[in-house]
Amino acid sequence: MSDGIGARVKRKEDKRFITGKGKYTDDLRQENQAYAAFVRSPHAHAKLLGINASEALAMDGVIAVLEGGELNADGIGNIITGWAITSKDGEPMKCGAWSALAVEKVRYVGDAVAIVVAETQALARIAAEAVEVDYEELPASVSTAGTLEPGAPQVHDNVPGNLIYDWEIGDEASTDANIAAAAHVTEIDLVNNRLSPNAMEPRSAIAIHDEAEDHYTLYTTSQNPHVARLLLSAFYNVAPEHKLRVIAPDVGGGFGSKIYVYPEELSCLWASMKTGRSIKWTSDRSEAFLTDAHGRDNVTNIKMGFDENNRITALKIHNTANLGAYVSLFATVTPTYLHGTNYSGVYDIPAIYGNVKAVHTNTTPVDAYRGAGRPEATYMLERVVETAARELGVDPGELRRINYIKDFPYQTQVILNYDTGDYVATLDMARASADVAGFPARKAEAAARGKLRGLGYASFVEASGIAPSAAVGSLGAGVGLWESAEVRVNPVGTIEILTGSHSHGQSHETTFAQLASDRFGIPIDNVQIVHGDTDKVQFGMGTYGSRSGPVGMSAVMRALDKVEAKVRKIAAHTLEASEDDLVIENGEVKVAGTDKKMAWHEVGLAAYTGHNLPPDMEPGLKEGAFFDPVNFAFPAGTFICEVEVDPETGVTDIVQFVAADDFGTIINPMVVEGQVHGGVTQGIGQAMLEGVVYDEDGQLLTGSYMDYAMPRAADVPSFVVEHGCTPTPNNPLGIKGCGEAGAIGSPPALINAITDAIGSNDLQMPATPLAVWQALQAAKSAVAAE
Amino acid sequence: MYPTKYHKPDSLEAASAAMAAAEDGKILAGGHTLLPTMKQHLAAPSDVVDIRGIAALHGISERGGALTIGATTTHAEVANSAVVAAACPALCCLAAGIGDPAVRHVGTIGGSLANNDPAADYPAAVLALNAMVITNRRDIPAEDFFDGMFTTTLEDGEIIKAIRFPASECGSYSKFPNPASRYAMVGVYVARVDGRVRVAVTGAGEDGVFRHDGMEAALSAEFAPDALDSVEISDDGLLSDLHGTAEYRAHLIRVIAKRSVATC
Repeated sequence: MSDGIGARVKRKEDKRFITGKGKYTDDLRQENQAYAAFVRSPHAHAKLLGINASEALAMDGVIAVLEGGELNADGIGNIITGWAITSKDGEPMKCGAWSALAVEKVRYVGDAVAIVVAETQALARIAAEAVEVDYEELPASVSTAGTLEPGAPQVHDNVPGNLIYDWEIGDEASTDANIAAAAHVTEIDLVNNRLSPNAMEPRSAIAIHDEAEDHYTLYTTSQNPHVARLLLSAFYNVAPEHKLRVIAPDVGGGFGSKIYVYPEELSCLWASMKTGRSIKWTSDRSEAFLTDAHGRDNVTNIKMGFDENNRITALKIHNTANLGAYVSLFATVTPTYLHGTNYSGVYDIPAIYGNVKAVHTNTTPVDAYRGAGRPEATYMLERVVETAARELGVDPGELRRINYIKDFPYQTQVILNYDTGDYVATLDMARASADVAGFPARKAEAAARGKLRGLGYASFVEASGIAPSAAVGSLGAGVGLWESAEVRVNPVGTIEILTGSHSHGQSHETTFAQLASDRFGIPIDNVQIVHGDTDKVQFGMGTYGSRSGPVGMSAVMRALDKVEAKVRKIAAHTLEASEDDLVIENGEVKVAGTDKKMAWHEVGLAAYTGHNLPPDMEPGLKEGAFFDPVNFAFPAGTFICEVEVDPETGVTDIVQFVAADDFGTIINPMVVEGQVHGGVTQGIGQAMLEGVVYDEDGQLLTGSYMDYAMPRAADVPSFVVEHGCTPTPNNPLGIKGCGEAGAIGSPPALINAITDAIGSNDLQMPATPLAVWQALQAAKSAVAAE
Repeated sequence: MYPTKYHKPDSLEAASAAMAAAEDGKILAGGHTLLPTMKQHLAAPSDVVDIRGIAALHGISERGGALTIGATTTHAEVANSAVVAAACPALCCLAAGIGDPAVRHVGTIGGSLANNDPAADYPAAVLALNAMVITNRRDIPAEDFFDGMFTTTLEDGEIIKAIRFPASECGSYSKFPNPASRYAMVGVYVARVDGRVRVAVTGAGEDGVFRHDGMEAALSAEFAPDALDSVEISDDGLLSDLHGTAEYRAHLIRVIAKRSVATC
């Protein structure tokens, strides 16, 4: 069947997206709709002495100005973090309280102080500006490393020294011993730059309160509407779950930033009850820069020890992770169980120790962003390995190859147990595609043109398909991480698949439909994917952590198994054959070796008419499943990047980028390649262009696209994408998850290429033209000084 | 955006009258700076007077190699003009490199000059080519027009009608774009007008566009890229920000100027 697993099927959803017919939250309009705007702190840290809204309230068309004191008095709960981390001394983590509307203090520029409701969006914004807020400014703590220094301003009184937790993983004694005994030790200090997520669609919400039914509806930009409902119900006390419907319609990108329930969505729900109006709020881009959870922001020291045969003997890491002013939903797990468990990478390392300190600063909260912890871990590992190769005088590909894990399953020193992989295969694939052998000639040719050519590697493995529930629960997760699906076959044979996964760019409407098409041999146009509405899909954990394939699709497969079992029973009964003799293909159920068959729609009809079903069989054809895998999946690969640097300007031109990935089974190669292209582009953005910068007072200097550089088409080359395939045994498809790999592997490949080109390793991200030029100047000065 | 009164006059006289009657009027010639500023509540004019409906302010003409470009002529019109391409091809290239297609089809030369953004491209061309800014009140030589960052010598209610570029023997503009905004971080227009070399630098100066005497002298002596190698380019008075220190900008001025000379 041409629409089945492995087919390069065009996207079903593109007709409405390309023709501008998508329905995003801001496109929707409700009865009795009013608009919200937020009064926000202009200070990074200040006491909140009073709010005077009289001028705003006097404006014609202003409905309400609501403050944090009232929100708290109404019992709306503080915003929570979903993962409890225990410090190495056994103490539970400490984090400051996060009220949706600030009370007593504001703690970052953009912290919401009041919600203003008015008849129009323009009026709401004008009225918000007219609200007078009396602040007493306090000194702000802004720097990731500096916030731990004695005397740094305290962000929260209950978090002494701004230290949220001091966590460790691995064995320090054996690691120190191996480093002491090492033939060679490579050590570097790295900054993993803070990023702004920049989904194309800004966050948006419409909150509706039905007073007669005491029922709430929230349309919102969410990657996981059911998790949003759970939080709003069980923790924020908006309404019990059966009185609260959350709908995430078309959502234009998330990258992690739309996992969370933010103060704005919560405040809109509360305000809809207070005002009796439906309330719409849509973030503008300036608000998005200030308030969408940022990503990364780590400062790291990493040491790697080698024996005389260049085998890695030890790895030691000290990492400080900036979580910002408040601790967001996945903020605490990102630098720990999503970071520390990745320390072994693709390498067989006998001793590993990592220490992670998470800190508060007076900056926007930081949380999971495409890759979440794994890009940070991969960046430091792959930079230290590349640096070691240069120091040891070994080919960087060869140094990797001799240290790769080659026998699976492999138990790392940092919890994870890798199921399958073939890292040498993707390395060889990448080296062949990149024509590594021809690089010296290309470098010489570039030099003749006055350009510096460099080549950089990155090998990576990541834990995707975040799960299983029991394991994450034992590590402190507040939720289970399974996924659900329901397959409904209609009387005419068309199919609806309800999934708890959520598509906000991932092409689920196409790829999930391919599963049913593959199973029953029916066209994907006869399959509809239903998602994103808590009234339609019973429950689900949503889309993040490259989990929709390995976990979400696996749930669909289990539900399809159950449907197929019932189809076989019905057909066997109708055709008077044994179930074992039945073959389902091309939309028909056939008795093998005979001309006896039922068309697919005849099976559906039989199930729903119930005229002739096997004894004791219930009518209908609808099955559900919950899938909870036994382990993560472990996509891996090698990226090779080749650049030319213009030494006059510091401009880097990426002349070639090869991505050789192993995602296990691939459902739709076109969609997977698109995910790789997008992920690599985001990684190139981090490595070369993007960086959130605050001044020393905590004012955001990169608050618009005038100063925050996003990757453009011209910044990236035409990618070469290759696939190895070692299917995972841990889910029914053998699928490993592809959403984050590109963003995980690309930053170190690019920086390794640039540092190779310029002959200096003293370079941090983003490697802007200025940074590269300065590194070149510093290297020249150093040579001159010698 | 705060409420504002929108006017679209069809004559300069009507535009002047609307401005005179306004409590705090602003001319709109494209709006790429004015409208975002208004949306951010950083500007709140009582009246916006849109001059794009005034036919006399629009269009391109040529006489004896001199070009006259109406104030409301868009960047795309300049970029695609055969008349401009024949008389001053570098101006086409400059216009074609402003912003993106959406910007180029709405933004205008008069709007750009009146705003005098220190990173805008047109000021470099106007200063290097010794152009004349023609307003509803007078003709202002380029030397006397630019008056510091976002400031010109235009008086209240004075409206640019057109820009007159004299015939030039050669001209070339190159820029180093800001990685985020793509505005010029350093843009250098090198021209020979009436036998004299003129070099104007945009994007780099704290006070906006400026001429560089040292580079002009060196190129007058020998019009070749290498002639710029020994010119002193000070970083005094240069902008310094996230994307480029003053030192880096001073370095780029030489690099970009050499590239302009090489293509001149």
